[in-house]
Amino acid sequence: MNPTPDISHENNIEFLATPPKNRTRLKGDEDPKQRSESDTPGGKQVDNEAGKRAGETPGSLPRGRGQMPKYVSTTNACKLCKPLGACLAFRGIEGTVPYLHGSQGCATYMRRYIISHFNEPIDIASSSLGEKNAIYGGGANLKQGLKNVSDKYHPQLVGIATTCLTETIGDDLKMIIFEYKKEVPTDQPLPTLITVSTPSYAGTHMEGFHAAILSVLSSLCEKTPAHDRINILPGFLSPADLRLLKEIMTAFALPATILPDISDTLDGPALDEYQMIPAGGTPLAEIRKMGGARATIEFGSTLDQKSGGKYLEQTFEVANHRLTMPIGIKATDRFFELLENLSGENTPARYLGARGRLIDGLVDGHKYVFGKRAVLYGEEDLVVALAGFLAEIGVQPVLCASGGKSGKFQATVAAVTDGLCEDAPETYEDCDFHEIAERAEALAPDLIIGHSKGYQLARKLAIPLIRVGFPIHDRIGGQRILHIGYEGAQQLFDQIANAMIQVKQDRSPVGYSYM
Amino acid sequence: MTTRIYQERQGQIHRKGKKPFALECDKESLAGAVSQRACVFCGSRVVLYPIADAVHLVHGPIGCAVYTWDIRGALSSGPELHRLSFSTDLQEKDVIFGGEKKLHAALIELIDRYQPKAAFVYSTCIVGIIGDDLEAVCKTVAAETGIPVLPVQSEGFKGNKRAGYEAACNAMFRLVGTGDISNISRHSINILGDFNLAGEIWLIREYFNRMGVEVVANITGDGRVDDIKRCHGAALNVVQCSGATMTLANLIKEKYGTPVIRVSYFGIEDMAESLYAVANHFKDPEMLAKAKEIVRQELEILLPTLKKYRAALTGKKAAIYVGGAFKAFSLVKAFRHLGMQVVMVGSQTGTKEDYQELQEITDEGTIIVDDSNPLELSSFLQEKEVDIFVGGVKERPIAYKLGIAFCDHNHERKEMLAGFTGMMNFAKEVYGSVMSPVWKLVPRKQPQSTQLRASVPACIAGL
Ligand code: SF4
Ligand code: SF4
Repeated sequence: MNPTPDISHENNIEFLATPPKNRTRLKGDEDPKQRSESDTPGGKQVDNEAGKRAGETPGSLPRGRGQMPKYVSTTNACKLCKPLGACLAFRGIEGTVPYLHGSQGCATYMRRYIISHFNEPIDIASSSLGEKNAIYGGGANLKQGLKNVSDKYHPQLVGIATTCLTETIGDDLKMIIFEYKKEVPTDQPLPTLITVSTPSYAGTHMEGFHAAILSVLSSLCEKTPAHDRINILPGFLSPADLRLLKEIMTAFALPATILPDISDTLDGPALDEYQMIPAGGTPLAEIRKMGGARATIEFGSTLDQKSGGKYLEQTFEVANHRLTMPIGIKATDRFFELLENLSGENTPARYLGARGRLIDGLVDGHKYVFGKRAVLYGEEDLVVALAGFLAEIGVQPVLCASGGKSGKFQATVAAVTDGLCEDAPETYEDCDFHEIAERAEALAPDLIIGHSKGYQLARKLAIPLIRVGFPIHDRIGGQRILHIGYEGAQQLFDQIANAMIQVKQDRSPVGYSYM
Repeated sequence: MTTRIYQERQGQIHRKGKKPFALECDKESLAGAVSQRACVFCGSRVVLYPIADAVHLVHGPIGCAVYTWDIRGALSSGPELHRLSFSTDLQEKDVIFGGEKKLHAALIELIDRYQPKAAFVYSTCIVGIIGDDLEAVCKTVAAETGIPVLPVQSEGFKGNKRAGYEAACNAMFRLVGTGDISNISRHSINILGDFNLAGEIWLIREYFNRMGVEVVANITGDGRVDDIKRCHGAALNVVQCSGATMTLANLIKEKYGTPVIRVSYFGIEDMAESLYAVANHFKDPEMLAKAKEIVRQELEILLPTLKKYRAALTGKKAAIYVGGAFKAFSLVKAFRHLGMQVVMVGSQTGTKEDYQELQEITDEGTIIVDDSNPLELSSFLQEKEVDIFVGGVKERPIAYKLGIAFCDHNHERKEMLAGFTGMMNFAKEVYGSVMSPVWKLVPRKQPQSTQLRASVPACIAGL
């Protein structure tokens, strides 16, 4: 099967059919053979009004109409640090303990951050480096830490991510691990050890997440006889999303290996025994065989060439299908089309039903949302997908913002909203909440869509915040937010429409209980 | 159970009973043991955080700053700069070529933007390694902007939270003595070591005001730079949470001779004692009478309500795991008021003296633990059949996962737990969690026979 890298084929055609005046922004293409970043048509077409941050990604697309200010300091970051993403990815692998090679603080802070969203324990081990180690190297602590983790947790795998400190002092993890393996007595447990380099001064939590996945694949996958399974690299989805994903694959009778799978490990049941490592996660045995799969489905519009899917394609010739996260109708349709192709079956009746109900619901509520202006922010791939969904329901994403800087953000946002929005959304990449807030105030939005950290802004503007993504720190149930599929779109739509209805109701001088 | 305890950590766990008391503490955390501790930076950040009219700039990569953005319940009656998270967000080139330039520019930018009364600059782990001269940059910026710019030497790896407290105190001490102290009354104090979580310091100040005591500076709850500058003019330093701010009190004592008393505002006796101690210090019978009157009035309201809670909670068992041990002393006593027994108590950074005191005030069989971790804590909770666990965010999921009630007693909380009002809230919190019918549903309380049987293990049900 041929890879189908083009994520928005139709938009390309639409682009060609669009009058030139609207042709300022374009999709970011996923296929390097066809088009590199710098020769993306829109890339050279720098509008004068749009600003670029000094010294960055030459050839990146111009920003939206509002010129993004350039501050030296970061105020209220819209990104997290790289090892946190790696820990989340490792947490979705069966029998795995995430491990940070660094000082104690980093691990504890990340645990606290993750716990506050999932309300689940997450044990992240640390080398707990002290002053001596920072000077003489952290090798001894790493080895001791690995021994302790192996002794107590009996993991199948320890996923070791570096931190800023150990990257800066230049600890050679590969070497230390090599030595450690030799030193472990044969009667002692030796879990699989996988390392990933995650200095936060180069990349956000999402880069860390994907780097960890790539590292797992490149360490574990072996040449395997071809088999029937499908690989899914979903990126950072919620446990609820992953549960739906599994259900869908089961309904299509397509056995799937989903990597990572945090659906049980970060959303487990109440227990009477503390599980050192929570049950669930992608089984190692399955990961080892991912090189023999029929195809890989990888979600994410701004991923680069070093993705897990690309790796499997290049190394094991597993066809890679890169899709926008299946949020909203169009993106979900694409996903289901692909599953139809892969399975040779029609979409199961229950999903057609869900799709039909969704459209019926959109009709019921269209007036309440039409023309509303939304500010959205978060991880690039999530924001791109959400922008596409909003555009198709008639909400104007006026500002799409992210702390990430893939260089593809603007083009992909433009692609998914093309033809659906009067004006292409403004995009801010590599931005913080100070910048988002400044621009948001000028844009007079009706609602904000993103994680909890936009709450202050929503409060200031006195408009609703629709909570999606990570982290949800000011509500319970962040792990149960469903974003994907027709069901996810339905839930998001109901929330958005009801939020708009409530605004009107609350602002009414008389109030009413009947619309 | 004992398999969950690391050999190396045996000495940091004590069971009160036959063996003579000995507890190791003040050690570096064991690698791989998933300590609940944070780092030096965290210690500095929590102490200085509530100073609301200063810019708090974290010099380092993004994580250290972003994980401490608006995480505390420390309220301000005015400016709210402390609730913003500022970072130099160091990038690769800064790590290679040094971050001083960026730090300088960031400081100027933020000071321009917010016009703060001072700026604190925190160094994080890699700053310690790349060798930026914080002191020099701060000095330059102070000269350029005319406000105090204070370096906080809080590289994460240079010890634990307690080292961070010290770094914070050292930074604050640079402010002390630079303000005008005329017009400060003879009966004046500084409140140290209360962080105004949920507005607690306002309550405490009110008690003191009713006694006729002037509060010069809140250090640091609802704190202001100008107050700290003149806090050497107060007649007495009243220190709570001694770990966090004792260093500052000692520094002030050394230089200005200000006497120090240690207090706690948690629990009935400790709260009352605090007021009496201040009155006694000033040797003013009228003040003491007022203090007694406050206690009488407050207890009149509190005690009848507590009775109801006590009736419901008597005999229940509690476990405590907190950052600093001082809080644990008061909690042990507070639980006694509710008729409850503390069966496990521990802290991240307690000292020998702290643990000695805990040993003295707890019952036989109580587990005392230093720098614990999820494996140990969960096994203690199970072994002791605990009804409620008191701790912070990282302890909460351990309790909940096992079907055990929980009370937040940390910096994030939004409930006022200090003072007499706080004791009432504490009782309500404990009652509200312990008495929930939800515990009847958790697996811990379900006989196997009444549980549904799954045909497929839940974890593989998806496929
Ligand atoms: S040092 Fe790096 S890894 Fe650690 S918290 Fe800070 S940004 Fe994250
Ligand atoms: S990098 Fe250092 S200062 Fe920052 S959180 Fe980690 S241990 Fe603390």
